[in-house]
Amino acid sequence: MLNLFFPEKTTVIVGLEIGTTKVAAVVGEVTEAGGVNVTGIGQCPSRGVRKGEVVNADLAAEDVRNAIVEAEKSANVEIASVYLSVTGGHLTSLNTHGVFTATSDDHEISPPDVTEVLANAKVFSRPSENTVLHAIRQHFTLNGQAGITDPVGMLGGKLELDMHVVHGVTTRLQNPVRVVKGLNLEVEELVFSGLASSLALLDNEQKQMGVLVVDFGAGTTEYVVYADGVIKHTGILAVGGDHVTNDLSYGLRKVSPARAEQLKREHGAATIEGAAGQTLTLTSENGFDDRRVNLEHLRRIMVARLEETFQLIDDDIGEQGFHEQLRAGVCLCGGGARIRGIDQLAESVFGLPTTLGRANAVGGLRSATDDPELATAVGLVKYGAIRQKAQPQGGLVGKLRNLAGSLGIF
Amino acid sequence: MTSTENTPAATPVKKQLTIKVFGVGGCGGNVVSHISRAGFADVQLIVLNTDSQALAQCPLPYKFNLGLGLNGGLGAGGDPERGRAAAEEDEARLRELCTGVDLVFICAGLGGGTGTGAGPVLARVAKACGALSLAFVTLPFECEGPKRMKQARLGLEEFKAAADGVICLPNQKVFKLIDENTSVIETFATTNDLLAQGVRGLWQLVTRPGFINLDFADLCAVVRNRHSESSFASAEATGPHRAKEVVEKLLANPLLDGGAALGEADALLVSLMGGSGLTMAEVSRVMEQINRHAENAHLIMGAAIEESLGDRLTVTLVASRQPVNPPAAPKAPEAEVPEPESTPRAGTGFDLLGAAIASKPVPRASALKSEASQAPAVLTEVAPDAALSAPMAVSRSWRSRKKAKVAHPELGLETVTTGPFQQSEPTRHNGVNLDVPTFVRRGLVMN
Ligand SMILES: Nc1nc2c(ncn2[C@@H]2O[C@H](COP(=O)(O)OP(=O)(O)OP(=O)(O)O)[C@@H](O)[C@H]2O)c(=O)[nH]1
Ligand SMILES: Nc1ncnc2c1ncn2[C@@H]1O[C@H](COP(=O)(O)OP(=O)(O)OP(=O)(O)O)[C@@H](O)[C@H]1O
Ligand SMILES: [Mg+2]
Ligand SMILES: [Mg+2]
Repeated sequence: MLNLFFPEKTTVIVGLEIGTTKVAAVVGEVTEAGGVNVTGIGQCPSRGVRKGEVVNADLAAEDVRNAIVEAEKSANVEIASVYLSVTGGHLTSLNTHGVFTATSDDHEISPPDVTEVLANAKVFSRPSENTVLHAIRQHFTLNGQAGITDPVGMLGGKLELDMHVVHGVTTRLQNPVRVVKGLNLEVEELVFSGLASSLALLDNEQKQMGVLVVDFGAGTTEYVVYADGVIKHTGILAVGGDHVTNDLSYGLRKVSPARAEQLKREHGAATIEGAAGQTLTLTSENGFDDRRVNLEHLRRIMVARLEETFQLIDDDIGEQGFHEQLRAGVCLCGGGARIRGIDQLAESVFGLPTTLGRANAVGGLRSATDDPELATAVGLVKYGAIRQKAQPQGGLVGKLRNLAGSLGIF
Repeated sequence: MTSTENTPAATPVKKQLTIKVFGVGGCGGNVVSHISRAGFADVQLIVLNTDSQALAQCPLPYKFNLGLGLNGGLGAGGDPERGRAAAEEDEARLRELCTGVDLVFICAGLGGGTGTGAGPVLARVAKACGALSLAFVTLPFECEGPKRMKQARLGLEEFKAAADGVICLPNQKVFKLIDENTSVIETFATTNDLLAQGVRGLWQLVTRPGFINLDFADLCAVVRNRHSESSFASAEATGPHRAKEVVEKLLANPLLDGGAALGEADALLVSLMGGSGLTMAEVSRVMEQINRHAENAHLIMGAAIEESLGDRLTVTLVASRQPVNPPAAPKAPEAEVPEPESTPRAGTGFDLLGAAIASKPVPRASALKSEASQAPAVLTEVAPDAALSAPMAVSRSWRSRKKAKVAHPELGLETVTTGPFQQSEPTRHNGVNLDVPTFVRRGLVMN
C-alpha cells in the first residue's frame, strides 16, 4: 500500500556541466537504499566556452538557463542548486604527504591527531593566486603500515597521510560559478570534471584493480588514474575535438570549420584502414558537386591528433609510474569516445585493454547513462549523492569538504 | 547535439609590441638605413655612433652621438675600448631609449671600435630594461686583417654574453654569394640587405597576423637567455614548384654551410611569406623538408600572407645552436680567440674603411680588456613549467618502454593559430603549442 504519510524519502541532486560544445544539466535522485537514478536531462548547445572555460559570460548564462529549464521540465522538479563541474588548462594536481608524530609508540590515534595530519598534508607550495579544488584523502600509513583507511583507535607513534590535491587559478575557477549564481542558482560544490566523469563510469572493482579514465571532450581532455581503490593521479590537456576539427579545416584546404566538424563526425575514424585511395565529394549549399576531399588525408590528420593526445597522457602517467598499475585498463568517455576505432587506437598507444564507458554507476534514464557526452554531468549527481550521504556524519569527510575553501558553499 | 556554430572569427589582433632597431657604428647605421628603405611600419629605427660626421650623413631622424664628452664626436678609431667607454658614458640615455620596449634589434659591424665596443653595452642595457635583445652582426672580411678579426671575435663573445641571441653574418661568406669581381661597396650592400631581411623576417614573425601566427612569447621561449650564435638565410622562389625550390635555394646558401648549419641547430625559426595563393600544403611541404634537415632542432614557424608578393614565396630561416659552454660571463679574452683560418689575401692590416678612418686620429689600440661587469644584468629566468612539475618516482621499466616506442617527434612548431582558439590561451605542453595541427608539427604532407 502506498504510504502517503511517509513516502520514500528522496533527495534531488542536479549536476551541471558547462562544456565547450554543450551545457548539460542532469537531475538525479538518491533513493533511501543509496542508489542514484537519473530522472531528467536538459541540454543546450554551448556558445560561451572555449577549452572548457567560460569566455563569454552572457552567452554562457543564456545557455545554462536553457539547459536548466529543460532539465526542470524533463524531471518535473524545480532546481535551486547544482553541483558544477570545472576544468581548464590552469588546473594542477599533485600528491601530498602529511606526517603526525606522537610522543610514544603506543599512542592511541584520536580524531585530533587525524585533523593534524590532514592539516600537515595540506601544506604544499602553490601559487598564491590558486585555490584548492579537491584535497582527496588516499590512505593513512601507521608506523610504516600502509593502506589504512581509518586509523582512529589504532596504536602507533607515526601517522602519515597521502592526499591527492587539485588546485587551480581562483579567478578562473570562479568564472562559471559567477555565471550560475547570476541565474539565482546555488553552487553546492565545484568538482573537477574528470573526477565527475570517472565517478559515473567506474565501479569499485575497477578502482581497486587500477584504471585510467579519459574524458575526450571538445575543448579539453581530462584523465584520472585510480589504483588500490583511490585516486592516484589526475590531469588535463586543453586539447579536444575542437582541435581535431581545426586540424581538418586547415589540412583539407579551406574546408570551413562547420564543414570540417561534419566531415569528422560522418567520415572520421581513428584509423586509416580502408581509406586509401578514397575520395569524398562534397556538395555545396546549392546542391552542386563542390570539391573532393581525400579520405586518407582526413583520417591521417585525425589519427595524428588523437594518437598524439593519447601519447601525451601515456607519457604523463608513465612518468608518474602508474603504468603497471592499470589492470582494469582504460575507460573512454566524452564526445571523443564516439569516434570510430578510438578504442583500438587507445589500446595500441596505452598498451592496455580499452572500453567505451557507460555510466554503470547510475541507474534511471538510459539516454543519460549511455551517452558518453553526459558522463560528467551524470557523475556530478553521483558525486553529490556521495557527499550528501557523508554529510550528516560529519567527521573526516565533512572536514575534508571544507578544504575546498571559499568556493564550497557550505 | 550536432550544430557547431562558429562565432565569426575576428581579425587576428596581436598585442601591440614595441620594437626598436638600433644601428651601432658605421656598419650598423648603414644596415638600419637599408631597413628604413625596406619600409617597416611601427618600428623605430635609431642610429648610434661615436662619429658625428657619419651620423650627419645618415638619412634617418633618430640619431644619437655616443660619448661626445670622451671622443668629441671623432669616432672610436677602431678601438672597442673607446666604443665601450662612449656607450657607458651615455648609459642613462641608452636606458631611456630601451625602457618599455619589448624587442630590441641591434645591428653592428664587428671589427671596428663603436659597433664592437658599444654594441654589447646596449645589449646589456636593453636586457636589463626587460627587452628581448637580438643582435645582428657582421664579421670582417679576411682581407681586413687578423687584428680586426680578433677584435671582432672578442666582440662577438661579448655580444653573446650580453644579448639573448646573436645572429652573425661573416662578410667573407657573403662574398661567396656574389661574383668575385663585385666591389666592396656592393658586397656591403648585399650584406646589409641580408641583415635587413633577417631583421624583417623576425619582425614579421612576431608582428604580422599570419594564418600560422607566431607570438612574441614563442620567440622569447626559444631565444631568451640562450646567448646563442645563429646563422640565417633567406630565399625566394616562384612557380608551381616554388615550395620545393625555395628549400633547395636555402640549402644551397653558403650562409648555412650547405645545410650543415641546420643539422647542428638546436633551435630553428622559420618565417614563410607568400601571396594570397599560399596554401597550407605548401607550408607543410616546406616545413617537412626543413624538418628533415634539422632533426635535432626545436622549430618555431610562422606563415603569413602578403598580397604584394604575388606569386613569390619567401622563406627566412634562423638557425641557432646552443653554445657548448654557455657564456654566463665573457671568457678571458686572450684564452680562446680563434684566429681566422686562412691568411688574408691582401696586405695585412689593410683597412677596408681606410678612407673613412684615415682622416681621423687613429690611436691604435691598447690591449683589450673584458670586464666581468659585462655579464648579463638580468637573472636567468626559470622556465615556468619547471616550477610546477612535482618530483615523482619514475618507474624504470616504463622509461625504457618510452625509448623504444619513439613518441611523437621532439621537434615542435611553436605557433599560435587563429580560428577557434583565439579567445583562449594557447595550449602549451613542454614548450610545444598544441593548438597547431599535429600533422603540421609532424611535417606530414597533405594536399
Ligand atoms: N656588411 C657591412 N659591413 C660593414 C659595413 N661597414 C663596415 N662594415 C664592417 O664592419 C666593421 C666595422 O666597421 P664600422 O661599423 O665602420 O666601425 P665602427 O663600429 O663604426 O667603429 P669605429 O669606426 O671604429 O668607430 C668593418 O670592419 C667591416 O667589416 C657595411 O655597410 N656593411
Ligand atoms: N561521432 C563523432 N565523431 C567524432 N567526434 C565526435 C562525434 N560525436 C561527438 N564528437 C565530438 O565530441 C566533442 C563533444 O564532446 P563533449 O560533449 O564531451 O564535450 P564538452 O563536454 O562539451 O567539452 P569539454 O568537456 O571539453 O568542455 C565535440 O568536439 C564533437 O565534435
Ligand atoms: Mg565535457
Ligand atoms: Mg572535457
